[in-house]
Amino acid sequence: MALDKPYKDIPGTIIFDADQSRKGYHLNQFCMSLMKAENRERFKRDQRAYLDEWPMSEEQKQAVLDMDLNRAMALGGNIYFLAKIGATHGKSFQQMAGSMTGMSEEEYRAMMLAGGRSIEGNRHLGEDGDAQPQHQPQGQAGRKASV
Amino acid sequence: MAKITASVYTSHVPAIGAAIDLGKTQEPYWQPLFKGYEFSKQWMKDNKPDVIFLVYNDHATAFSLDMIPTFAIGTAAQFLPADEGFGPRPVPKVIGHPDLASHIAHSVIQQDFDLTIVNKMEVDHGLTVPLSLMCGQPDAWPCPVIPFAVNVVQYPVPSGQRCFNLGKAIRKAVESYDQDLKVQIWGTGGMSHQLQGPRAGLINKEFDNAFLDRLIADPQGQASVPHIDYVREAGSEGVELVMWLIARGAMDDVAGNAANSIATHAGSVRVRHRFYHVPASNTAVGHLILENI
Repeated sequence: MALDKPYKDIPGTIIFDADQSRKGYHLNQFCMSLMKAENRERFKRDQRAYLDEWPMSEEQKQAVLDMDLNRAMALGGNIYFLAKIGATHGKSFQQMAGSMTGMSEEEYRAMMLAGGRSIEGNRHLGEDGDAQPQHQPQGQAGRKASV
Repeated sequence: MAKITASVYTSHVPAIGAAIDLGKTQEPYWQPLFKGYEFSKQWMKDNKPDVIFLVYNDHATAFSLDMIPTFAIGTAAQFLPADEGFGPRPVPKVIGHPDLASHIAHSVIQQDFDLTIVNKMEVDHGLTVPLSLMCGQPDAWPCPVIPFAVNVVQYPVPSGQRCFNLGKAIRKAVESYDQDLKVQIWGTGGMSHQLQGPRAGLINKEFDNAFLDRLIADPQGQASVPHIDYVREAGSEGVELVMWLIARGAMDDVAGNAANSIATHAGSVRVRHRFYHVPASNTAVGHLILENI
């Protein structure tokens, strides 16, 4: 019998379940290694060399090098683990979360100050809220990047 | 006999810890949030417990993907603040209560909840930010703290009903401890937040406030709400709210419903403080203090 996974139809959301965990094991364990200051220094000195010490896929390594967190999540990363890469680069959690929307830092911060993203249209895939696939990337930063 | 005197509920955002540690609490962005905890800090001084039983979630700190316990109780004599990537927070180390923690572990496991016993771990912002919000910046925390970590990171995560029932089991465990101790139980984390993907930044004030209403007045009903509702309505990390049900399940007014137990007294609960604010970094912040009377 199929397992119950009702969370597959939420727009812009990847739930970290046992399948994702298995896929992202080495990627996430690499992130854990950045909890030690000396590892953060080694990583910053030569990111590629540090990543090559881990049995991660080339795609996973490239997502880390690009700081493409959406890609890293799709490849099994978990946001609490990935946050340690951002911390290593001196980025706040808000900067990291914002980067996944395609908005500029200012746009994302302004959205939060205005009360955050609305739930309307963002409950199920197929609605028309701003988190739906047909509205990505959001904001100026994303539009520039996609030109 | 040890007794649960009150329960405290609060979100535990890392940026709040950073704001405290960097002296930014009076900045315009943060001032309204910290104002919501002024009552709470005074209340803590006036109602100092002997032990805090602190329910929180570890954020890929003590538990990597090597091992992820669903429920873990800290039985060590002390717990050091962890380096989450920015260096450890400059806060006091957490002094545990190994004897009471072991007693609770023993009792709760015998009530059919599988706890992982942890004799060595570091604690992250999930545990230290609530202490900072409630106690300020003292040289030492006001009393011993028993860390109780819940997995809300890797699915499946425990249901609201299981958390609520666990709270009842913790209550029974505390009440079977011989020493006279005043114990507070804290449920931390939660309120609308989504930290990932194109839906990042989701805030659902209606859902959050309805949760607070129901947590106070109808916790049994709230316990039956499935995960998917939290995730869909309050964001992928909004599911942390199930941890509040552990603290709520330990209060007097629901004791009569404890599985396999006979109610010895049916108490009632008083709301001492309620606060809600948007935003703190990516999240809404909710806070509640309930006392047994």
